[in-house]
Order: sequence, then C-alpha cells, then structure tokens
Amino acid sequence: MNVEEIKNDLLKHVPGLELTVEGESFIVPKEKLLEAARFLKENEKYRMDYLSCVTGVDYLAQAARLGQPGQAAVGGQSELASGYLESVNHLYSMEKKHGPIVLKVRVPRSDPRMPSLVPLYRGAEYQEREAYDLLGIIYEGHPDLRRILMWDEFEGHPLRKDYVEEDQDIR
Amino acid sequence: MAIDEGLNNELQKRGIFVTTLNDLYNWGRRSSIWPLQFGLACCAIEMIATACAKYDIARFGAELFRPSPRQADLMIVAGTVTKKMAPMVVRLYNQMPEPKYVISMGACAISGGPFRDGYNVLKGIDRYIPVDVHIPGCPPRPEALLDGLIKLQKKIDSQKIDQMDGYREEKSCEYPVPQYGKKGLEPRHNPDFFTPRLDWPEKNTKDNLRMPNYKPAPAPARAAGSPLPGQAATGGPSEQGVAPAQLAAQPPASEQGQ
Repeated sequence: MNVEEIKNDLLKHVPGLELTVEGESFIVPKEKLLEAARFLKENEKYRMDYLSCVTGVDYLAQAARLGQPGQAAVGGQSELASGYLESVNHLYSMEKKHGPIVLKVRVPRSDPRMPSLVPLYRGAEYQEREAYDLLGIIYEGHPDLRRILMWDEFEGHPLRKDYVEEDQDIR
Repeated sequence: MAIDEGLNNELQKRGIFVTTLNDLYNWGRRSSIWPLQFGLACCAIEMIATACAKYDIARFGAELFRPSPRQADLMIVAGTVTKKMAPMVVRLYNQMPEPKYVISMGACAISGGPFRDGYNVLKGIDRYIPVDVHIPGCPPRPEALLDGLIKLQKKIDSQKIDQMDGYREEKSCEYPVPQYGKKGLEPRHNPDFFTPRLDWPEKNTKDNLRMPNYKPAPAPARAAGSPLPGQAATGGPSEQGVAPAQLAAQPPASEQGQ
C-alpha cells in the first residue's frame, strides 16, 4: 500500500477528484472529502475504519510559499493565498491493521467551512469541536458544534496565529 | 504573653511545664494541618509523593488530605491554574473554614511558569487569594514541599489567637470569585491585595528581558599588558557591576514566608 497506489485508487473510484500528493498525505478539495473518506472506509481493500486524529493547523499568509514547487494545490486555489486553515485527518484500519492514510483539507481563513466527518466517524465529534474552538474551523454537518475547551462567553480562536492574548498585568 | 525562655528551661528541669494558651493552641493547630486534597497538574504528583511512605508528610502532622474544603485547613495549589479553573479554586478557598492557609506550589501556581504567556493560564493564584508560602520549582521536590510546610508551621506558631484574620468578625474571609469574560477572567486580579508590576516591559526581547533596571555592565577597558578578561583577578569591575543588578532582577516569586 504505497502512496501511488492509494492515489490511483482514489482517482479511479471518486469521480471528479482533484488530488494532490504532499509527502505521504493527500490534499483533497473540501467538496470531495466525504466521498474520498467514504471510499477509503468502505472499500474492501482499505477498510479505513478508524479516524485516529483530527488536527487543525493555521497557515498564516502563505503567499511567499505559493511559488515554490510542491505547492501546486495551494496555487490552484487562489483564495488560499492570504493564508488558510487546514484540517488533517489520520485514517487507520483496525480490520486490516494498516495505515495511516492522511487526508488534508485546506480552506481560506475568510471562509473556514468544510464538511464534518462525524457522519462517517463518530469519533471525530470532540476533535472537530476542539478544532472549531481553538482555530475556528466550521465543520458543516457536525451535530453539536460548540466550544469544548474554552468557556462559552470566550471570543476568538486562541490558536490562530494572529490571536493576541489579553494582558493580565493591566491595573 | 511569652514566657521567658531561660525560666521555662529551668522549670522544665524541675519537672514543671509552663505554657500559654496561645502556644498550646498553636501547637495543636500546626501539628495537625489538614490539606485539601486536590491537584491541578504535575506538581500534584510531587505532592502525592510527599504524602507517600518515602517522604511521609505524616511526620509533620499533615497527612490527612481531606476531600472536602469544609474539613481542610490548608490549600496546596499544586500545578498550573488555568483561567477556566481559577474560579473553582477561589470558590474552594471560600468554602474552607477559618483559619485557613494557602501554599502556592511550583512555578505555575506562583506566576504562570512556563505557560505565563499563554492565552489560557492565570499568572499566579496570588492574584485572587492570599498566599502564605510560595514554593519555587518546576516541579518542587517533595523536600521543598516539606520545607514549605515547616515554614507555614512557623507562621502558625507566631500567630496570636486574638489578632488572627479569621477570628475577627470585621475581616471577611470570602474573596470575590472571578467571572469568565470575553478574553479572560474579570476582574483580572483582586485589587484589594494584588497590584501588577507595570515597570516590566511588555514582551521579552533579546536586549530587554523582563528584569527591572537591568543594565549589562560595560566591558572593562583593558590597558596594554593587563591580563586577558578570562585571566582577570576575581572581583573585577565586571563582576561587581553585574552582581547587584542580577540580585535585584530576581522575580518576586521566590520562596518567601509572608
């Protein structure tokens, strides 16, 4: 199970998928995330039945990186030029004992919406809530998207790179 | 009223033991301090080690960790106090009966420690409740906690029953519980007994550390034929110039019994 093989299978079975390989991971457009994940979960060959980890990442102002080779996926989506938020999903197979397959989704900071994986993997619920709480990624289709670590009255998303924490030393 | 020590010794040699009600009362209090059983982070592991057989806090009479604040005399704030947890810590403190004491254990509870610049960490529990003993360390060793406990016992020994805060009705032992705000806790500290230092720079930079009035000593002018700086005799101008500034630059969170 190597990267090329997974890539070819994904392209074959998910129609209209624009896939970019970055190292060992796959960058998929947000419209096709659910479809790609469903294929990997239900296909006999992969059976990726376990979503181990959902990670949110903030890439602030990646304009400088755009021209570099290997950044074609970002370059293809011009709205990501002023920085983007990324959700990284690590899929494993408990049945076949293999993995991970890494699916990444990138959304612009101005409109950070992407589909939730909770309909496929119930275990994504709390992890997506955390990414929403700390980075402000809005997972559409999540059954209960609210803050999980910070309190309800809190404003802002503190793990964003441009977040400025309060000064506690004001009299 | 204290008893003359020489007289007391003389009397004890003859089999007569004299004390004051105050001393007897404080002896009882300091020898059976019941700590509140709660921990906030890794310092709590050291606190548990202190309570176990090897370090054995029972030697000092403080082994009875109570699960309820109503039965506790001492709150050991062991670990990082997050902004989310701080109101609960203050509420627990309010629920303890007088006389009550607080040990701030570890760098985090004193000042925020390594998480000081984080968005979620309170820069020291002494912003909301009065702390009797600060124990520095990250985390402090069990011996350090025992030392802090002994310092607290000395403080208890020095108190007068009729002048203690908790026994005077006009002195409130309740402290306001901070509320969750949009960016942090409101208020940011209790202005009745805490004032943040404003003479510190906003952020650490390479040239401007968070140390008040710190100026690196000028390099000593080296006359021709004089020894190299590494070979200079001890007590040269550079050492003398730096040492007082560094002493003054110690953060206020050092160990101190108030």
